[in-house]
Amino acid sequence: MALNLKELSKKPELLSPGHRACAGCGSVIAIRQALMAVEGPVVVGFATGCMEVSTTIYPYTSWRIPYIHDAFENAAATISGVETAFRSLKKQGKIKGDMKFIAFGGDGGTYDIGLQSLSGALERGHDFLYICYNNGAYMNTGIQRSSATPFCAATTTSPAGEVVPGKAQFPKDLTAIVAAHHVPYAAQASPHNWRDYIGKVKKALAIEGPTFINVIASCFRGWRTEPTTSIDIVKMAVETCFWPLYEVENGEYKLNYKPKEKLPIEEWIKVQGRFKHLLDEKYKPLREEFQANVDQEWAALLEKTGDQVQKVAV
Amino acid sequence: MTNMRALTGNEAGAYAIKQIDPDVVPAYPITPQTELMQTFAQYVADGVVQTEMILVESEHSAMSAAVGASAAGARVMSATSANGLALMWEIVYIASSSRLPIVLAVVNRALSGPINIHCDHADSMGCRDAGWIQIYGENPQEVYDNMIQAVRIAENKNVLLPVMTTHDGFIISHTVERVDVLEDDQVKKFVGQYSPRYPLLDTAHPVTYGPLDLQDYYFEHKKQQAEAMKDAKKVILEVGAEYGKLSGRSYGFFDEYQTEDAEYIVIALGSTAGTAKAAVDEMRERGQKVGVIKLRVFRPFPAPELVKAISGAKAVAVLDRSEGFNAVAGPVFSEVRSALYRKSDIPVSAYVYGLGGRDITPEMISGVFADLKSGRLHEEEAFHLGLRE
Repeated sequence: MALNLKELSKKPELLSPGHRACAGCGSVIAIRQALMAVEGPVVVGFATGCMEVSTTIYPYTSWRIPYIHDAFENAAATISGVETAFRSLKKQGKIKGDMKFIAFGGDGGTYDIGLQSLSGALERGHDFLYICYNNGAYMNTGIQRSSATPFCAATTTSPAGEVVPGKAQFPKDLTAIVAAHHVPYAAQASPHNWRDYIGKVKKALAIEGPTFINVIASCFRGWRTEPTTSIDIVKMAVETCFWPLYEVENGEYKLNYKPKEKLPIEEWIKVQGRFKHLLDEKYKPLREEFQANVDQEWAALLEKTGDQVQKVAV
Repeated sequence: MTNMRALTGNEAGAYAIKQIDPDVVPAYPITPQTELMQTFAQYVADGVVQTEMILVESEHSAMSAAVGASAAGARVMSATSANGLALMWEIVYIASSSRLPIVLAVVNRALSGPINIHCDHADSMGCRDAGWIQIYGENPQEVYDNMIQAVRIAENKNVLLPVMTTHDGFIISHTVERVDVLEDDQVKKFVGQYSPRYPLLDTAHPVTYGPLDLQDYYFEHKKQQAEAMKDAKKVILEVGAEYGKLSGRSYGFFDEYQTEDAEYIVIALGSTAGTAKAAVDEMRERGQKVGVIKLRVFRPFPAPELVKAISGAKAVAVLDRSEGFNAVAGPVFSEVRSALYRKSDIPVSAYVYGLGGRDITPEMISGVFADLKSGRLHEEEAFHLGLRE
């Protein structure tokens, strides 16, 4: 199937409308786009989080495909059980055909509490795709700091106060951590560039073995933005090089997008309420520190990918 | 037809799993369970089973993978001990509430802390209210027999609950005894093919596992689990009888030893029941009317049956191999005395013993009988048997 909007619009929605996510939720968009890449039988596993609670309030479910939610920290271990069951039953001739397995987790369920479970499943080499929908905090429990929360972002557990300017640390580089497991495929994506993202999901699903996509997903509640800007805001994250789009394929780094003009991080900061305190003149050094970190990470990435942009081949 | 082997409790468990040949076995090492899974891993390495093992990075992931595989439609077994079971705890509840018929061998070991690798029942007693059926084994023969029966009990459509079969760490897990094993095809036929009702892998009929269940349904779902636990009683007896026809060894909720005319009865779980039988034999020779009840099925708790079995006695002692920390006594005592309430006024004396692998001897159990006979009863607070002063 060609990757164009006309064709995608004809695909049946695997996640039905009527779920209870917020209007303008970036995570639903990220999940819906991922499902557009699916062809054929698939089983989906979910970590506890916004997307889990909003799509499966008993006795209703938005899922038109088999779905399992087990707990918060174990989406990867759970899907590894599903995938192993498939392999065992297929080997015994009790089931036929091919099947895909996708686990979804938020950044809390992936970067933090689910990291061990993810690492174990990656190392064991199960045939599955893990998608981290990364909105940079524990949004489901009410905007608490995670290890994916950006530097200086105010959350309810890392609030900006008289003496503390929000979160003190930079986020951990989970995509690099996953790549260090030497999995065949790891990538970063953003729903504003749907062609790149859906292409990555298709590519990951076609690869045998563990694959991983870290997709930025805005949360207007937690980012203190307008629900109408959910796509613009993640685009800005990419244009400022806060969230570069790249792939690590069999150890080879590929840059998928390079802004024509790299925007200053301030452009992204100033439109989000969670960074409002940073605009105070006294925090200029922190803004500079933020910018320096983005520049450094971007330069390190370019070092690995080369300057050449390679679009995702589908 | 039977076939005699010399097996440790762990080897007997591994041999049962080999003959059951489950589809998926997630495993993680922990003393004293480790030998069970490594013995089974050799069967996998030698290609004598179809099983796919998942060698996970923690017991939490072992139970998580078990939930995933079981929901997918696979027959799933695993094994653990002590802290491993404690780490699984969150998912142990999810397995039972998702009505997944997983069978887990628990090789009983004291819970940390302080850290200790030897036997007591704190681990399995810690999840006695987790919605799992619990069957305690006395010796390697029962380890083997219970695991085979557990598959049938768990998968029965009127039950669909996970089953924990336990045996005492080191005392049974590492002790060689004679075990009569069935032929492979007899076991295969007895456990039958697993036909899951709502497998995830049936993608033509998509189902949602683990939805958010709020005030309007959660309560009803818990009641359904409780009903399934009650329904399991009939199934446990049916399976125990059918297994008896096959093997010559029938099983019920508990085993009564010399209780028919017994004036004093000791109730115990696991290997201690064997020690108590030795004490009873010796005391019977001296003309003492004493007996033992080995409680095999702790969940569902066979309250009326047990009351009937003990109500002819003058006094009963309950030996708990775990501390209740309720300032009264251990969990078996609480269940037994509660079962007797307004049914019988025979006194029940509470003992806690053997924590962290502390030895229990026939002499100590004879002492318990002597206490019962002389009216030295511990009804308000457990006596800690074998505790150093």
